[in-house]
Amino acid sequence: MTTTANGVASWRRISDKIDGFDLSPSKSDEVHVLAVDDSFVDRKVIERLLTISSCKVTAVDSGRRALQFLGLDEEENTNSFDGLKVDLIITDYCMPGMTGYELLKKIKESSTFKEIPVVIMSSENVLARIDRRVQEDFIVKPVKLADVKRIKDCMTREIKLGNEESGINKRSYEKAECEIVGDGLGCSLMKRLGRVGSGDGFQWLSDYCLSKAGGVLSIALLSKREGLQNLSASGHGWS
Amino acid sequence: MDAVTQLQRQLVDYTNSLFLEGFLDDQFNQLQQLQDESNPDFVVEVVSLFFQDSERLLNELAKVLEQQNIDFKKVDAHVHQLKGSSSSIGAQRVQRVCITFRNCCEEKNIEGCLKYLQQLRHEYSLVKNKLETLFKLEQQLLAAGGTIPLY
Repeated sequence: MTTTANGVASWRRISDKIDGFDLSPSKSDEVHVLAVDDSFVDRKVIERLLTISSCKVTAVDSGRRALQFLGLDEEENTNSFDGLKVDLIITDYCMPGMTGYELLKKIKESSTFKEIPVVIMSSENVLARIDRRVQEDFIVKPVKLADVKRIKDCMTREIKLGNEESGINKRSYEKAECEIVGDGLGCSLMKRLGRVGSGDGFQWLSDYCLSKAGGVLSIALLSKREGLQNLSASGHGWS
Repeated sequence: MDAVTQLQRQLVDYTNSLFLEGFLDDQFNQLQQLQDESNPDFVVEVVSLFFQDSERLLNELAKVLEQQNIDFKKVDAHVHQLKGSSSSIGAQRVQRVCITFRNCCEEKNIEGCLKYLQQLRHEYSLVKNKLETLFKLEQQLLAAGGTIPLY
């Protein structure tokens, strides 16, 4: 992702950035997603969600296999990347062996793949002290079609900061640096932005969890199921 | 009323009852939206995976809880998995029991765990029954030449 001087962040298809791969847009407009989840059920669902959203999917059951697919597994000793180019990685957070976060770290350590956006799925209000500069997004399980659509939309359009179409002052939200601790993000966040907490507020929040300003990523955790009352936030840097 | 209309009515009523009684939640609707002519058996396939997975997990849970020294981390891990898959198909009541079950794991409460395992088995067999009935009704409707209504 690039951030220009005035803080405009853009999502770019990885195809625009990596040299040496034949990734001409005319070849295929399809987004290729690598989905990682240890659950049979979830793999099947995410596969279908992505296919129906016109994405090509490769679904694997572990972080290890994901790395193997990408050719990053040390033991395999593969130097060539012989899979299809991967545009996006969606991974479960809680997995035995290698967690989604560990997978994300490995990917970001790789010079070849560090530009690939990584989305993490979880059902938990996890202690998300994840390096915010590397995690692109967060999906709360169970995954819905709307979640996939949102991710895909973000991948293929530029998010211009200061966009007023939401009717909300995005600036203040964008400058936020939030730590999601224990219970997650919620009432205090919305009060700061001048919105009273309500079910709708969450829907709004999830649309902007990809906002990026000055290299700091705001993470919004949507947790309709847990309800507003469970949520709290420690945030700073609000304007 | 012809057979098709009657079956359709039955199916709709039955499905609605499952939602009303809390057996299923909106996630199940999400799954149904993913089914189409190119993937006409999607819901049945996912639910079958859920059945397989759940039965495996319930057996594992029983095994772990039989041990002298119970590994509560393992118990929690299994319940977490079951919580995840039940939530993914919209099996709301099963999911809810999983949530309270996990509290017992945290507290290392053996009795509580055993009690919730029983409850889990119960809720699982209920929802399994309900879903199998639902699929049967769908099959009957299709066999009679009808189409499954969009809920």
